[in-house]
Amino acid sequence: MFPRPIQQSSPAVQWLYSIALPVALLIWLFPLLGVALTSLRPASDLAQGNYFGMPSGIAWENYIFIFTETPIGQYMVNSLWVTIPTVIGAVGLSLMTGFALAVYGFRGNILVFFMFVAGNFVPFQILMVPVRDMTLNLGMYDTWYGLALFHIAFQTGFCTLFMRNFIKALPYELIEAARVEGVAEWRIFWFIVLPLMRPAIAALSVLVFTFIWNDFFWATVLTQGVDSQPITAGLSSLNGQWIAQWHLVSAGSILAALPPVLMFFLMQKHFIAGLTLGAVK
Amino acid sequence: MAPGLFMFTVYVLWPIVQSITLSFYDWNGLYNQDGEFTGTFVGMGNYAELIRDPAFETSLWNNFYWLALYLLALPAGLLIAIFLNQTVTGIRLYKSLFFFPFVISQVVVGLIFAWFYAPNFGLFYLLTEWVTGDGTAILADPDLVTFGIIAAGLWPQIAYVMILYLTGLNNVAPDQIEAARLDGAKGWRMLWYVVLPQLRPATFIAVIVTVIGALRSFDLVSIMTTGGPFGSSRVLSYYMFEMALGEFGFRMGYGAAIAVVLFAIMMIFISGFIWKMWRDEKER
Amino acid sequence: MVHRKAGALALVAALMLSTSAIAQDKRVVTWNADYDPIPLAAAEALIADFEAANPEIDIQLTNFDHEAYKNAIRNFLTADPPDLANWYAANRMRPFVEAGLFADISDLWASEGLTDALASSLPSMTIDGKQWGIPYTYYQWGIYYNRDAYAAAGVELPGEGGVTWEQFLANCEKFKAAEIDCVTTGSSALWPVAGIFDYLSLRTNGYQFHSDLAAGKISWTSPEARAVFAEFAKLQPFVTENHAAIDWQDAAAIFVQDKAAHYVMGNFAVGVFKEGGMTNDNLGFMVFPEITPGIARAEEAPTDTVHLTSGAQNPEDAKTFLAYMASAEAQSKWNAAVGQLPTNKNATVDPADPFLSAGFQALSTATGGIAQFWDRDADAEYAKAGMEGFQQFLVQPDQLEAILERLEQTRLRLYPQ
Repeated sequence: MFPRPIQQSSPAVQWLYSIALPVALLIWLFPLLGVALTSLRPASDLAQGNYFGMPSGIAWENYIFIFTETPIGQYMVNSLWVTIPTVIGAVGLSLMTGFALAVYGFRGNILVFFMFVAGNFVPFQILMVPVRDMTLNLGMYDTWYGLALFHIAFQTGFCTLFMRNFIKALPYELIEAARVEGVAEWRIFWFIVLPLMRPAIAALSVLVFTFIWNDFFWATVLTQGVDSQPITAGLSSLNGQWIAQWHLVSAGSILAALPPVLMFFLMQKHFIAGLTLGAVK
Repeated sequence: MAPGLFMFTVYVLWPIVQSITLSFYDWNGLYNQDGEFTGTFVGMGNYAELIRDPAFETSLWNNFYWLALYLLALPAGLLIAIFLNQTVTGIRLYKSLFFFPFVISQVVVGLIFAWFYAPNFGLFYLLTEWVTGDGTAILADPDLVTFGIIAAGLWPQIAYVMILYLTGLNNVAPDQIEAARLDGAKGWRMLWYVVLPQLRPATFIAVIVTVIGALRSFDLVSIMTTGGPFGSSRVLSYYMFEMALGEFGFRMGYGAAIAVVLFAIMMIFISGFIWKMWRDEKER
Repeated sequence: MVHRKAGALALVAALMLSTSAIAQDKRVVTWNADYDPIPLAAAEALIADFEAANPEIDIQLTNFDHEAYKNAIRNFLTADPPDLANWYAANRMRPFVEAGLFADISDLWASEGLTDALASSLPSMTIDGKQWGIPYTYYQWGIYYNRDAYAAAGVELPGEGGVTWEQFLANCEKFKAAEIDCVTTGSSALWPVAGIFDYLSLRTNGYQFHSDLAAGKISWTSPEARAVFAEFAKLQPFVTENHAAIDWQDAAAIFVQDKAAHYVMGNFAVGVFKEGGMTNDNLGFMVFPEITPGIARAEEAPTDTVHLTSGAQNPEDAKTFLAYMASAEAQSKWNAAVGQLPTNKNATVDPADPFLSAGFQALSTATGGIAQFWDRDADAEYAKAGMEGFQQFLVQPDQLEAILERLEQTRLRLYPQ
C-alpha cells in the first residue's frame, strides 16, 4: 500500500494526521460552508454588514421565501422532467448499442464505436446553432422533451462506451453457450446479459442523472421560460433578480445542489465505479 | 442499435457538418416570412475576420491559460489522494466529503465563488485587504479575472482527479511496493519510480477529463462574469455563445466559425484518445 | 383578454379562447408583449378601454418574460407571427425591418397625423423614409443625486438649472475628500457606462456627433472623439471603484446608503431608489451639466414600441389598435400607471411626480434632439465593442490609445470607407 499506512508511524505523526484531516476538510469545503451559513442568515444581518460573524438567528424563512415567492419549485420539477426521461432513454438506448457493438463483430464495428466515443468529447458549441434550429423547427423549443431528446442523443455516446466495455468484460462463453442451445438473440440479451448488467445500469443512471441535472449550457440554449427551464438556468435568471441578496442566492444554490448530492451519497459505490471506469486496468 | 445510432447522427454528427457549412455564411439567425434561410455565402470571410479579431485572440489566450492551469488539478488531486489513502476510522466519509465539490453544478460553484470574490464584503476581498491594506476585487480586475475563474473551476476538477487517483492507488500492486521498500525506496523516489507508472491508466483518464473540462469552460464564465470586464475573461466557448445567441450577437456564421476552431483544438485531443484506445483494442 | 405563455396549458387556453371568440363572432387581434407586472396591468386596462369602444374586436395579449422575449421574438416572427409585437426603436428594429418581418405603417402615421403628434420620435421610427411601428412610451436619463450625501460632505445643493461642469467636478473633489463616491455605477452588464459616455458625448459635441459616431461615420481618433474622452478622464477618478464587478442595482444600494452622491441613470431607477428607502425629500434629479457652451441640449430617452408584423392575420383591426396606442388619451393613461413619459406631445403627465415632471420638462425642451441610447442607436456589434471600450477606459484610463485604436479598427471593419 502507498503511502505507508499511518498505523506504522509514530504516535506523534498519527496524532498530527488525525488533526490535519478535519482541518484540511474544513479549508477544502470552506466556500461551501460559507454559502450554507449565509443561506440561513436573516436578511437583516446582511444589511448590517454581518456577513461572516455569528448569525443573529437561523432564518429558515429564506428557504420558505424562495419556495413561495419565486418559481424555484417549478424549476426543480422541470429539472426532473428533463432528467428522468434522459436517464431512462440514454441508458436504454446505450444498452442496445453497447450490446450490438460488444457482441457482433460486424464490419465497421470499431468505426461506429469510435464515432460514439469521439462524439462524446465534441465541444457543445459546434452543435449549438443547428441543434437549436432543429429543435425550433420541430416545435420543441422551450419544452422539456426538446431538451431531453437532445440529452438522450448526446449521452448515448458516453453510455455506449461504458456499456460496450462492460459487456466486453462479461464472460463471452455464456453467450456462446446460449447460442449453441439455439436461444434467440433478444432472449440472450434479455435473460442473460441484462441481469449481469445491473451494476453498470445503476452506475450509469446515477452519473447521467448528475450530469443532466447540472447541465447549464443546453438549458440556456433550448429553454427560456419558467415553464420549462431547469433549475440551473432558473437559478441563473433568479440570480439576476436577487442582486445583492446573497441569503437568497445561497439558499437557491443549496437547493439546486441537493438532489445530485443526495444521489451521490445514496449511491456512492455506483457513482464512483462509473466515474473511475478505465482508471484501473 | 439503430435508434441509438439514428439519434446520435441527427443530434451530434449531422449538426457538426451543418456548423462547418454555416461557418462559411453570414447569417443573423432569421428566416424570412416564407421560412427561407436569409444567410449569404462569404467563403472564408468569417475566418479571415477571426484572425484580426482582438476578442478572439483574448479568448484563445484565456483558453490556453485554462488548459495549462487546469492541469494543476493532476498534482493537486494526486496529493490529496495520497493524503487520504489511509485506513483510519471515518476515512470513507472524509473521502466522500472531499469529493463533494464535483457533484455540485458548475452554476452553483460559480455563485459560491462569486460570493467569495465579491467586492467590499467577499471573503477573498477582505483577506487581500487584511494582507495588503487594499482589497482586490478579482472579478473587476482585467488581469486577474481569468485566474479567479480558473481557481473556481479547479475546485471540482481537483476533486474529480482525486477520486480517480484514489481508485488507482487502491489497485497498486502491494507486492511491488513491498519489494521496492525492501530495496530502500521511499518517499518521492517510491512515488516516481514505482507508484506513478502503475497509476498510468488513472493519469491518462485524468488528463483527458481535465483537458475537456478546461475547453468546455462555459458555465463558470457565464455565471461569474459574462466574459467581463470588457471581455477580459472570455474563452472560446463563451465567445461563441455570445456571438451567436448573446444580446448583441446573432451572428450565427461567425459563431459557427469560432466553434469550428474550438472543435479543431479539441480534435487534437480526441484523436490522441482514440489512437490510444485503438492501440489497446488491438492488444486484446 | 390576457393569457400568460404556459406551454401545453397555453395551447388549451388558446383553443378555448378561439372557440369562445368564434362563438361571440369577434375579430381577434393577437399581441405578443414582454411586460413586467405593473406595465402588464396598465396594458390590460388599455385593452379593456379599447374593447369597450370597439366591441367587435378582441385583443389577445400573450405576455413573455422580459429577457426571454428578446430571444422569442426572433422565432415567433417567422414561425407563428402575432398581429402585433413589442420591440424597440431605431437600430434595434432594423434587423426585423430588413428581414421583412415588421410591416410598413407609414399610411397610419399619415392618416392619424402622427408625424406631428409623435414628432420627437419620428426620426427613430423611420427607416428608408417609412415608419415601422408606434412609439408609446419613453423615459428620461439624467443625474439623480442624494441630498443626504451632499449634506454629509458639506456640498451646496444644485439649483434649479443644475450645476456647471466645472462646479460638478469641483464638487466631486469635495465628495472624494469626504470618502463619498461622486458618481456611482455598476457596469458588469456594460450598458450603464454607455449612459455616462453618451452624455459626455452629447454635451461635448452635440446630438449630430452622437448620431454619427453611433452610425460609424466618425473616427475614434478624431479630435472630437478625443475631446469626449478628455472629459471622461476628468470624471474617471470619481467613479466607484470595482464598478466592473457589480450590477446597476448593487450600485443603487451604494447610492441609497449615502456612500455615493450621483448616479447617471434612467428614470426607471427611481423605483429601486425608493424601495431602498429614499423619498422625494432626499432624492433629486438634474439634467447632465453643459460642457461645451452653446451646444443645443440633447437628452437620452429610449423609446418602447409596438409593431405590426408582416405575417399579421388581421392587419386592419391591428392598425385600429395601433392608432389607439398612439393617441394622447391612451398614452397618458398607460404612462401614468407605469411612471414613464408619453411620446405623444398632447398627452399629460402626473404633476405630483417630481421626476416625471422634470423629465417631461427636460425632454420637451431638448432642442438638440432625443437620443435612443448608445446600444439602440448603434448596430449591435458596434454597440458592444463601444461599451467594452467605455468600460475599459473607466477601469484603465492609461490604455486610452489602445482602446481608441481597437475601436477604430472595429469601425473600419464594420463600416468600410
